[in-house]
Amino acid sequence: MERADYERLRWRCIRRALLELDIVLTRFLDNGFDQLDEEQQQAFVELADWEDHDLWRLISGQEETRDPRYAPIVARLRKS
Amino acid sequence: MSIPVLKFDAVIVGAGGAGLRSAIQLSEAGLKTAVLSKVFPTRSHTVAAQGGVAASLGNSEEDHWHWHMYDTVKGSDWLGDQDAIEFMVRKANECVVELEHYGMPFDRTDNGKIYQRPFGGHMSNFGEKPVRRSCAAADRTGHAMLHAMYQRNVKANTQFFVEWMALDLVRDAEGHVIGVTAMEMETGQVVIFHTRATIFATGGAGRIFYSSTNAFINTGDGLGMAARAGIPLEDMEFWQFHPTGVAGAGVLITEGVRGEGGILRNSSKERFMERYAPNAKDLASRDVVSRAMTTEINEGRGCGVNKDYVLLDITHLDPNTIMKRLPGIREIGLQFAGVDCIKEPLPVVPTCHYQMGGIPTHYSGRVVVPHNGDHNSIVPGFYAAGECACASVHGANRLGTNSLLDLLVFGKSAGDSAVEDLKSGKAHRELPKDAADKSLARIAALDSRKGGANVHETRLAMQRTMQTHAGVFRFGDLLKSGVEKILEVEKAARQLEITDKSMAWNTARTEALEMENLIEVAKATMLSAEARKESRGAHVRDDAPDTPEFPNGRNDQEWLKHTLFNSADNSITYKPVTMQPLTVEPIALKTRSY
Repeated sequence: MERADYERLRWRCIRRALLELDIVLTRFLDNGFDQLDEEQQQAFVELADWEDHDLWRLISGQEETRDPRYAPIVARLRKS
Repeated sequence: MSIPVLKFDAVIVGAGGAGLRSAIQLSEAGLKTAVLSKVFPTRSHTVAAQGGVAASLGNSEEDHWHWHMYDTVKGSDWLGDQDAIEFMVRKANECVVELEHYGMPFDRTDNGKIYQRPFGGHMSNFGEKPVRRSCAAADRTGHAMLHAMYQRNVKANTQFFVEWMALDLVRDAEGHVIGVTAMEMETGQVVIFHTRATIFATGGAGRIFYSSTNAFINTGDGLGMAARAGIPLEDMEFWQFHPTGVAGAGVLITEGVRGEGGILRNSSKERFMERYAPNAKDLASRDVVSRAMTTEINEGRGCGVNKDYVLLDITHLDPNTIMKRLPGIREIGLQFAGVDCIKEPLPVVPTCHYQMGGIPTHYSGRVVVPHNGDHNSIVPGFYAAGECACASVHGANRLGTNSLLDLLVFGKSAGDSAVEDLKSGKAHRELPKDAADKSLARIAALDSRKGGANVHETRLAMQRTMQTHAGVFRFGDLLKSGVEKILEVEKAARQLEITDKSMAWNTARTEALEMENLIEVAKATMLSAEARKESRGAHVRDDAPDTPEFPNGRNDQEWLKHTLFNSADNSITYKPVTMQPLTVEPIALKTRSY
């Protein structure tokens, strides 16, 4: 990922509407994101674009995703 | 250095509830309006508000704005201005109905009216019995509100500048506010927004505390800019705290956990609430529980390496009960404390939640400062609304669900006032040649400084100082030493260094600029709190206890007044509380008890 794209993504992860997501997404960027392949990174970029409440329900296990592209990322976020 | 100038009738800084509500008034009046936001509008912290918005619609049972006014004045511990409070509660119904017409999906009764829920502190007939006054959209009230207002703004042609950070107010030689400087994050370019009206709606600054429920975005940017421009900050000693945030993270643990049988314990596993509230124990009111927790920590009975938290224990509860009755709590424990609350207790601390003080405003939304003997002299061209402003309707403690009401009423009011002030069609005032110099110098200093202070470490030092010395329960000696410490942190915050010098998406620079705002708020809070030698509302001092002469430690003879903190010389002045409402008799002083 280009530096500017990564830094844009970083800003969109460290300044969320919900504190829960600030913490989880920042942690994941610092420890886990660079282990994803290009396609997985793109899936994470899409997830980061979700509405905060929807994304938090997913990460906190109150919802599940059937999308095979998102499921492994969500599993990692839950453990991050 | 020549930098681009963008001319607008009005610029609004912040795209949360108050900013979006202001923008609707301006754009629908045909004014060319810009809204600057660090994030996409629907990612503002207003999204986190779940409780609802207060309005005495009387849809579920009889209610009246005068009863709502009484609850608000009492909640404020009589520090709220009664003219502003009457203004707000009387505008509530109109603002809620307008929002409904914008498309807000409020919960409804069977007959199609807006459904109203009960909420703590909402009472009928001047404190007699609970009344259902809160209007909500499931548990996503703030989120739904932002979406409805954003769409309305798009329709009205409001121009959004997303992922832009405002840097400084621009004032001319006569003190008129004529715009802001701002930085586009994508390019690092600094631009002047040259305007006839500037509205701040930048939200709170809860990130000054180590433990805060606020999202990372709440860095008090508007307060920092105002303070640097010579505007005093009002009543900054008053912050609302929640007793149980996850230690180190701030994420809220609902009070329902104690309701289901959760027990607070200290380092010797003692159920300490039995000593502080023998009857209610862990179910005592928020302030009593928070104070007890702080006392345990301050007296060395906290847990962990730093002995800086207590434990919330639910390991004795049936795991099925936890999963069924407290959904999401186990996940919060696992994610933010690394603790499975079924097997181990959760580390918790009293956690900052809401800022009552802010930029001093009249209820019209116009910013007011002391000048030539007038306590409330208008700063021409400058308006503020929402959590960054102090109207003052929350006084020393905010009534639940009045925060969303505040941003609707005063967002609209600030917008209306700007429209009215611009009606005369006066031209833009001349931009001083040095309009952007201060902002450019701040950025240049960050980029060039060698051997300066690290942003992360400085922020942490500030947050720990605030938490220890000016937390939910305050001690005279700790406040005194806190003043010294925060002034030391301020020195570091004025000497920040960043290693990344790039222009595009330089988050290190943005965080350094945020830190320069946070420290203004932290300093104002600490010095204002040290100076106020009474207990009132959310400001509770150990050395101002409950006595027959001063019930709850409140001393109206000396301290029924608003604090105004001036950053330039760290001085404090005071101004009277407005006790006279607009049309009704004043709500007379009495002891606040529930």
